[in-house]
Amino acid sequence: MKWLYDFSYLTRTIHEGLSERFEPGTVVILEMLLVGLTFMLLFAVLGLVLVYAERKVSAVIQQRLGPMRVGKWGTAQTLADVIKLLLKEPLINKDADRFLFNLAPFVIMIAAFMAIAALPFAKGLHAIDFDIGILYVAAVSSLGVIGILLAGWSSNNKYSLIGAMRSGAQIISYELSVALSLLTIVVLTGSLQLSVIVESQADGWWIFKGHIPAMIAFLIFLIASTAETNRGPFDLAEAESELTAGFHTEYSGLKFAFFFLAEFANMFIVAGIGATVFLGGWMPFHIGTWEGFNAVMDFIPPIVWFFGKVGFIIFLMMWFRWTFPRLRIDQLLTLEWKYLLPINLMNIVLMAFLSLMGWHF
Amino acid sequence: MSSEALIIFFLGGVVMVGAGILASNLLAPKSSNLQKAEPYECGVPTQGTSWIQFRVGYYLFAILFLIFDVETVFIFPWAVAMKKVGLSAFIEILLFLIILGLGLLYAWKKKALKWE
Repeated sequence: MKWLYDFSYLTRTIHEGLSERFEPGTVVILEMLLVGLTFMLLFAVLGLVLVYAERKVSAVIQQRLGPMRVGKWGTAQTLADVIKLLLKEPLINKDADRFLFNLAPFVIMIAAFMAIAALPFAKGLHAIDFDIGILYVAAVSSLGVIGILLAGWSSNNKYSLIGAMRSGAQIISYELSVALSLLTIVVLTGSLQLSVIVESQADGWWIFKGHIPAMIAFLIFLIASTAETNRGPFDLAEAESELTAGFHTEYSGLKFAFFFLAEFANMFIVAGIGATVFLGGWMPFHIGTWEGFNAVMDFIPPIVWFFGKVGFIIFLMMWFRWTFPRLRIDQLLTLEWKYLLPINLMNIVLMAFLSLMGWHF
Repeated sequence: MSSEALIIFFLGGVVMVGAGILASNLLAPKSSNLQKAEPYECGVPTQGTSWIQFRVGYYLFAILFLIFDVETVFIFPWAVAMKKVGLSAFIEILLFLIILGLGLLYAWKKKALKWE
């Protein structure tokens, strides 16, 4: 069972097993295929689980039951929906720019795939450990906005265009706050590498160790990342009461499903980054010298900790969506440029001051 | 794995979307119909093209974003080195942020942040 606590045993076993049977070149190709398949499977499972979770959470908040008919407790509902979408006719608007229209789902999904590569899931379970991890994630995850703009522009539909423009303005604005709130913690870690950031939290999570500035940064990160993934109350890019469905109005069938999947995948990615930087990644929760308590916490495998924290942040984001009313575009931009950005800049100076005086753990 | 492995993630995205769209093209029924190819707008025929002019406000925010994004890129190396360099790094970032803050204040006074 020790591989559950340190995945490098598992990866080493697979590597040695393959090396015995194949040439070194073949081994590299086989390992890459294995990684690719694992992540595709992860995406499929994420889509199925998160869509079901979203519908159940919204049902509980609105005092309904949610999906109940397909499978026990409606658990097979998402699978049935995927099959339904697969069998729907792919429609293309007669005036649409067909090439860009078909390119847009690719751009969005590729951005999500490349961003998830940098997440540390557990000890030794880390696809690519960049030494510029945070910069990489911030750069790649913002590529998704190009897909949204392409989708809105190429559909030749006024709803789509307005939705895409709003979404573009929103994502680029809130990207600043996401990056700056993460940098507040980087001042303390002194490294952008995600594995180093996780290791630095072995004796306590940054949200506790960094005092008040870290908590402010976490709050800003939560708000800004909810806005960056286009989720409610910031979902005015697809505000269904005024724009039908925003930038993906014209998409049908599986292409629409990919936009949907990318939204949930992006939610997982920002929650993963938030959990890694603020909540200790796969590090267990420890309280000072409580030996017994710490031993029990250590018993829970790191991968459970990581997915638990990510699940907690995702639950918060779902809770936001079903609790707050939608903002208008002017309120949205005011919130970012007149409140979050100045607060963030002051917060980063405060954090630098704390780190200078050594007033953190 | 090293960063060359990124290619597999790029291909993963291409394969997943490509396979999905291919499968849906093979399985889904097809029938052409003039009404189906119309843009989806409330049922009435659309007026003119949809590639219309949109408000200049988006452009202003794009420019502001560009300024502050470049600033963020400058803060990245500073944040990494802050602890090692110490006091001089703190004073320098203070000056840098004050100048940028003045820029934001100017945009604010010029009503570039106002949406109407």
